[in-house]
Amino acid sequence: MSEKTSEKKKTRTPMPEQPPEVRAGNFDEVALGYSKEDAIAEASRCLNCKEPKCVEGCPVNVDIPGFIKLICEEDFEGAIEKIKATNALPAICGRVCPQESQCEALCVLGKKSEPVAIGRLERFCADYEREKGVSAPGVPGSDIVEPTGRTVAVVGSGPAGLTAAADLAKLGHKVTIFESLHKTGGVLSYGIPEFRLPKEIVKQEVEYIKQLGVEIKPNYIIGRIKTLDQLCKEFDAVFLGTGAGLPRFMGIEGENLNGVYSANEFLTRVNLMKAYDPNYDTVVRRGKHVVVVGGGNVAMDSARSALRLGAEEVSVVYRRGEEEMPARREEIKHAKEEGVSLKLLANPTRILGDDKFNVKGIECIKMELGEPDASGRRSPVPMEGSEFIIDADVVIIAIGTSPNPIIFKGSEGLEQNRRGTVVAEDETGATSKCGVFAGGDVVTGAATVISAMGAGKKAAKAIDEYLKEK
Amino acid sequence: MAYKILEKEEIAPSVHRTVIDAPDVAKAAKAGQFIILKIDEEGERIPLTIADFDPEKGTVTVIFQEMGKTTKQLGKLSAGDSLEDFVGPLGTPSDIRKLGTVILVGGGVGVAPIYPQAKAYKEAGNRVLTIIGARNKDLLILEAEMQEASSELFIATDDGSKGHHGFVTEIMKNILDSDEPVARVVIIGPPIMMKVGAGMAAPYDVEILVSLNSIMVDGTGMCGGCRVTVGGETKFTCVDGPEFDARQVDFGELMNRLSMYRDDEAKATEEYEHKCRCGLH
Ligand SMILES: Cc1cc2nc3c(=O)[nH]c(=O)nc-3n(C[C@H](O)[C@H](O)[C@H](O)COP(=O)(O)OP(=O)(O)OC[C@H]3O[C@@H](n4cnc5c(N)ncnc54)[C@H](O)[C@@H]3O)c2cc1C
Ligand SMILES: Cc1cc2nc3c(=O)[nH]c(=O)nc-3n(C[C@H](O)[C@H](O)[C@H](O)COP(=O)(O)OP(=O)(O)OC[C@H]3O[C@@H](n4cnc5c(N)ncnc54)[C@H](O)[C@@H]3O)c2cc1C
Ligand code: SF4
Ligand code: SF4
Ligand code: FES
Repeated sequence: MSEKTSEKKKTRTPMPEQPPEVRAGNFDEVALGYSKEDAIAEASRCLNCKEPKCVEGCPVNVDIPGFIKLICEEDFEGAIEKIKATNALPAICGRVCPQESQCEALCVLGKKSEPVAIGRLERFCADYEREKGVSAPGVPGSDIVEPTGRTVAVVGSGPAGLTAAADLAKLGHKVTIFESLHKTGGVLSYGIPEFRLPKEIVKQEVEYIKQLGVEIKPNYIIGRIKTLDQLCKEFDAVFLGTGAGLPRFMGIEGENLNGVYSANEFLTRVNLMKAYDPNYDTVVRRGKHVVVVGGGNVAMDSARSALRLGAEEVSVVYRRGEEEMPARREEIKHAKEEGVSLKLLANPTRILGDDKFNVKGIECIKMELGEPDASGRRSPVPMEGSEFIIDADVVIIAIGTSPNPIIFKGSEGLEQNRRGTVVAEDETGATSKCGVFAGGDVVTGAATVISAMGAGKKAAKAIDEYLKEK
Repeated sequence: MAYKILEKEEIAPSVHRTVIDAPDVAKAAKAGQFIILKIDEEGERIPLTIADFDPEKGTVTVIFQEMGKTTKQLGKLSAGDSLEDFVGPLGTPSDIRKLGTVILVGGGVGVAPIYPQAKAYKEAGNRVLTIIGARNKDLLILEAEMQEASSELFIATDDGSKGHHGFVTEIMKNILDSDEPVARVVIIGPPIMMKVGAGMAAPYDVEILVSLNSIMVDGTGMCGGCRVTVGGETKFTCVDGPEFDARQVDFGELMNRLSMYRDDEAKATEEYEHKCRCGLH
């Protein structure tokens, strides 16, 4: 190996992106995607390990060396086939998985230099397929299943529900998805913004699931139109993938002032209901000085959306340090490049309003990291007397969500734990209620797209077995 | 998926009654609940109370007043047209039981939500005293239906063109002052009317309920946009309500929050009307 190639192999092939100053003013996708040459160059960095660690890091165990090898061989169709054998939504996962804490975290190259850019390669394959217009059913045998005559209700059309529905349909079961919003996709549609995950991609994945024969009923709230108990009577099995959509507030003074949003409301108005597009009737307050509270992906998405709506200044207030922020590294980097400022080690104490009930500022207190707690994390403690005020006309609260309790209305015997999540077996998703399985954020609390998909997959398998025995 | 408009009628100037084909909603609906509709892809989601429903025919009736862009656009649709989205029933149904005598007070378009309640309270065996009002007699809606649904009907108009010359709340006070024991008062109408009415009824030994009309997006507890302060606690109108104990409601906050988008709404309405005038719609 020449000096030059080994040098080249140390760093990842960069992802072409819109320049920060340009993208901060539009809602188009930030990362533009690898070219064929980029993909092959990056794929050739992979050592094709005999015992690939990376695969263990992936919640759905994508055959990573397998698909990467096919990219090297320029067999892109083979590569996407290989990914789709275990991952039904690669265009989405390649874009939004927190790779740095999953597949890429365990890549052996990461020990000495940079790990293989697995997510970017996955995205490349999915985009290649989409652009070529190859129609979706890429899973072997998907078109030859006999209908089983069994029916399954899937509640919620987020990644957990979509994955469970796809797998069950492929096994020949008749699946109906019930979704309370007017659009499908769950957080993929109402939460994650267009500039990170174009809605066209979500739409295509949903189309694929429809092609598999799944019926989708939007505007259909379980707990209101029908109860879970009724579904249990009408269907042979039920999968709950209702997510964690109930926003938490801080309970501080001034939180109900005009201009204070939950991240859910702000992002729903902007993403699902396209407030940024003048053709839409949706209103949203476009602040000049926006403060976002929180440190996860939701906070980053809110901050970057606010910037794109024309804010002059956007700050993210987070009570720990940058290292501790739960957001994907890439989102933090992108947000900073675009001009979002991080106000770390600070916690809001109250929100200030003017005489017209509008937000005018937020008071925060400085925090310092104390002794490590039982989990080993150093928890932040307020520094007395260190309060300071940030001017703000919009405040967005992104401090977490919990499962929406509507689903529990009329659901006899469904066990929940203290945090409001559904108790379900890890391996099968089986709940305490016969014939009802659950997975995704409704079980784990707010987590990731890929873990929700993994749970949907496991549950589909378990439901299939349950139906065979029933 | 589309929800067809089966009937459409202008029952008073700028007040419309629309019957929509929505069998799933009709089957599940109860008095006190509402729906959220969206006219087309670009539309806004707006909440409207279920003014009537027929589980057999699979229809839901809404009655609305033209306020801004969305309600004006909705007012222009007619039988045969469709709505893209229609979701419900939303909100906690009214707690309807046999209580004795119940006073129902409806002002303006707030008369519409009173109608299913009158029917339900009467069916539960209550003596239902309904008071409806409007600015003048032309704006009065559902008089015949209310007559039928109530034990007794009282009418008030601001200008005295029909019934009592004055406010509905004055009739309410007269009844509360009389010998008739009243178990519950339900007041539905513009926030200011609910606030004033609740204030008048507060000194009496009677339960007072109001149905709040906060700004909403999803109607399922997902956005928190509809939050109100009730008894010092934050509640979500769409799931914890829309009916609340009037004595506990922070009406000032409710009214402030309703004005959140006033400027945007005024602009949207103006642009829409301009387009209509120019024949672009
Ligand atoms: C702004 C934001 C950014 C994120 N960024 C990332 C990221 O970059 N990477 C990542 O991996 N994860 C990210 N996440 C987390 C990830 O999106 C979630 O973990 C994932 O979507 C959970 O999937 P789910 O299928 O369990 O639930 P959801 O996606 O929440 O879907 C649940 C669906 O069920 C519907 N529903 C709820 N109740 C009912 C009912 N009673 N009847 C009918 N339907 C109902 C809801 O309307 C919703 O559509 C982000 C989350 C948010 C909010
Ligand atoms: C539970 C509930 C039940 C309702 N029932 C009825 C009814 O039966 N008949 C009826 O005529 N009206 C009803 N309303 C009010 C109705 O929703 C508003 O008049 C309508 O949304 C106005 O929209 P617009 O675009 O025409 O006017 P806009 O110009 O957008 O707004 C006019 C005013 O309506 C309110 N409003 C605006 N958007 C919303 C929204 N998304 N949610 C709630 N309020 C909003 C604001 O106070 C605003 O100032 C109800 C509201 C709620 C919350
Ligand atoms: S699905 Fe996610 S975790 Fe798995 S390989 Fe793809 S990007 Fe990595
Ligand atoms: S661990 Fe890294 S180098 Fe090894 S197979 Fe996986 S991606 Fe390739
Ligand atoms: S309307 Fe969104 S929480 Fe009530």
